Amino acid sequence: MKSKSLVSIDQCSKEDILRILENARKFEENPNRRILEGKVAATLFFEPSTRTRLSFETAINRLGGRVIGFQDASTTSSSKGETLKDTISMVSNYADLIIMRHYLEGAARYASELTNIPIINAGDGANQHPSQTLLDLYSIQQTQGTLTDLSITMVGDLKYGRTVHSLIAGMSHFNPTFHFVAPDELRMPDEYKNFCDKLGIKYYEHTDFTEEIINQSDILYMTRVQRERFTDLEEYERVKNVYILRSKMLESSKENLRILHPLPRVNEIAYDVDDSPKAYYIQQARNGLFAREAIICEVLGINHLI
Amino acid sequence: MSDGKKRELQVAALENGTAIDHIPPTQLFKVASLLELEDLNNTITIANNLQSKKMGSKGMIKIADKFFEEDEINRIALIAPNVILNIIRDYEVVEKKPVTLPDEINGLVKCNNPKCITNNEPMASRFSVIDKERGTIKCRYCERKINKEEIVIK
Repeated sequence: MKSKSLVSIDQCSKEDILRILENARKFEENPNRRILEGKVAATLFFEPSTRTRLSFETAINRLGGRVIGFQDASTTSSSKGETLKDTISMVSNYADLIIMRHYLEGAARYASELTNIPIINAGDGANQHPSQTLLDLYSIQQTQGTLTDLSITMVGDLKYGRTVHSLIAGMSHFNPTFHFVAPDELRMPDEYKNFCDKLGIKYYEHTDFTEEIINQSDILYMTRVQRERFTDLEEYERVKNVYILRSKMLESSKENLRILHPLPRVNEIAYDVDDSPKAYYIQQARNGLFAREAIICEVLGINHLI
Repeated sequence: MSDGKKRELQVAALENGTAIDHIPPTQLFKVASLLELEDLNNTITIANNLQSKKMGSKGMIKIADKFFEEDEINRIALIAPNVILNIIRDYEVVEKKPVTLPDEINGLVKCNNPKCITNNEPMASRFSVIDKERGTIKCRYCERKINKEEIVIK
């Protein structure tokens, strides 16, 4: 990586991604390695996110490091009007690494310009969440044995869903074929389709979620269709049940198909899918630990895993 | 006059300096403000609603003994993209050039995204110009893209 902070998946080259995933694989073999002995990591969660915070803090603990931080900005001096700049400068005096989640977009980029210690972006508003993308990529690689030449179907809210946008960027190095399945109101924005066009990446758009599409997929990436995204609530009522995956839709799917979801899910994956060997979203969340251990080592410049 | 014709001048001629021509009349005072002309002690002539063959009416600013740096002058491309700069030495136009958008615009434009960090911290905005033709810029922080028509100057 050019910078030692991880702010956005766009900054990772193909080699960066493959190196991080290779280290994640080693951490899956043995997650407990005392690499961060004597180091302090700060987890600054200006916006609560239990899953992401616990997985980062578990990663640090399993690497033998110590954690300081907060999980809710209301208990910190930012609620007294302290600027982000001052908070970051202050914490930089104490910690070797900052992992931050912020409700404002661009907060992590700005923080990375303010300090000499690495920043890991654990989500900045609706903008970037690169550790989610890396754990998605790791899950794809682990289930398919490769990242190359795969057919990836994304379903649901493709307009606002930052995870799908980042996944397009992350997968763009590996010659994917995309299927975008979404209602008209939540279609994949032109920006990302233009990005695919520029790189010669094949993609197909659908409004119907059919078995025909499922049957040609290697990865089914489901996302939540949120009511608050719709301007026309009638439209929401019409489509809310269209993008639900049920177990019987998987009957003729490929043997290697795996179903991913960034979680939390609401009703877009029926509970009868959970028993299918093709359901992978729970293991996917578990992979977050290994991917985050690898990311922490990457930004700290630790290449030799003991 | 380079073509030798003697016409009645609408504005007094400049001996040395910069004449900024073909400013849309509605943008004239914004251009003056962007260039921070109020801080200059040079002789400045500002004219507006002059007749123009090209654009019906236009504004013009002449600043004596002032030659702008590229970065300084290119900011005005944001609000007046078709402006022509005339560099004048000894009453002659020695250089005529259109303004072009710079690669980066710092501290000048307000990000349109209310949830952008730049609108919530005491800090300068930073944009990269991603399409000079269309005038599209992108916030370095929240990554929002802003089209020319939606650009708001701070």
